[in-house]
Amino acid sequence: MHVMLLAAESSVDVMAHGVLKYSFFGHEAWITTTHVSLLFVMLILIVFSIFAGQAIKKGAEVPGAFQNVVELIVEKLDGMAEGTMGKNAAKYRNYIGTIFIFILFSNISGLLGLRPPTADYGVTFPLGVITFTLVRINQFKYHKPKEIWTDMCSPLPPWCPIWFPINVISELAVPISLSLRLFANILSGTIMMALVYGLLKWFATIWPAALHVYFDLFSGAIQTYVFCMLTMTYVNNAIGGEE
Amino acid sequence: MEFNREFILGCSAIGAGLAVIAGIGPGVGQGIAAGHAAAAVGRNPGAKSAITSTMLLGQAVAETTGLYGLLIAFLLLFLKPLLWGVN
Repeated sequence: MHVMLLAAESSVDVMAHGVLKYSFFGHEAWITTTHVSLLFVMLILIVFSIFAGQAIKKGAEVPGAFQNVVELIVEKLDGMAEGTMGKNAAKYRNYIGTIFIFILFSNISGLLGLRPPTADYGVTFPLGVITFTLVRINQFKYHKPKEIWTDMCSPLPPWCPIWFPINVISELAVPISLSLRLFANILSGTIMMALVYGLLKWFATIWPAALHVYFDLFSGAIQTYVFCMLTMTYVNNAIGGEE
Repeated sequence: MEFNREFILGCSAIGAGLAVIAGIGPGVGQGIAAGHAAAAVGRNPGAKSAITSTMLLGQAVAETTGLYGLLIAFLLLFLKPLLWGVN
């Protein structure tokens, strides 16, 4: 029994390794595989962005193949932002497009043999916190403090703040649920693939490609879409409707 | 009372198994969402893309509770928090 457990532990590789140990103000800290794959994702995106910027800067009247692809991506992302946020989209489509491309590349980097950076809670939680910060900033920018107070006591009148703590908790749950959703989806995909490759050994040839299509491509794309959609919806709600 | 390592590992495995029972809820919920989306497409085939994206968004949000259960199972299996006090 004990031997079996140990064997399973050693052959299933979830790919979360420390690569380099260093001392951070006296604390022992690690550069892990997450950092390395994050670096790769960033490099790919930066190189792509530089080439895309060059292509658009000297854009031809009749676009070439690469310029066409870049324009298509930008158009699709802008269309997504405008479809959800309406006329508020102009300010936020840069941010939404950026996190869309970043999360999408992070999620499908499992196909390149990297550990998806989004399978680390340290990557997804900051993204959730950014959304939370955007929501708060917009709430204070577009509403008077009295309106916010009324909203926070919402089902009851503002002089009776019994629901206030519950509303605060539900607001604080937003970044946590946003980041945990993305994190748990990608992590479960990663662990599932690690189990398939680790436990089935030689039997896991060729056919796991179908699982990769589901766990990496489909699940990753859906979660990216959901994260961006929810971010836009929350920010739009915070701005409030003068439709 | 003292428990040995194997007993705690076994209990962690049982707990992980119980935690993923949470998957029943999202399964039922996503099925209902997909069924209603199919009915909506049948009634109004023109709005297929909007219905599909709304359905996927709702399903992904409904999936969260199941994923929390899965997360607990992973924690119990890989991080083994119950073993922290033992030797």
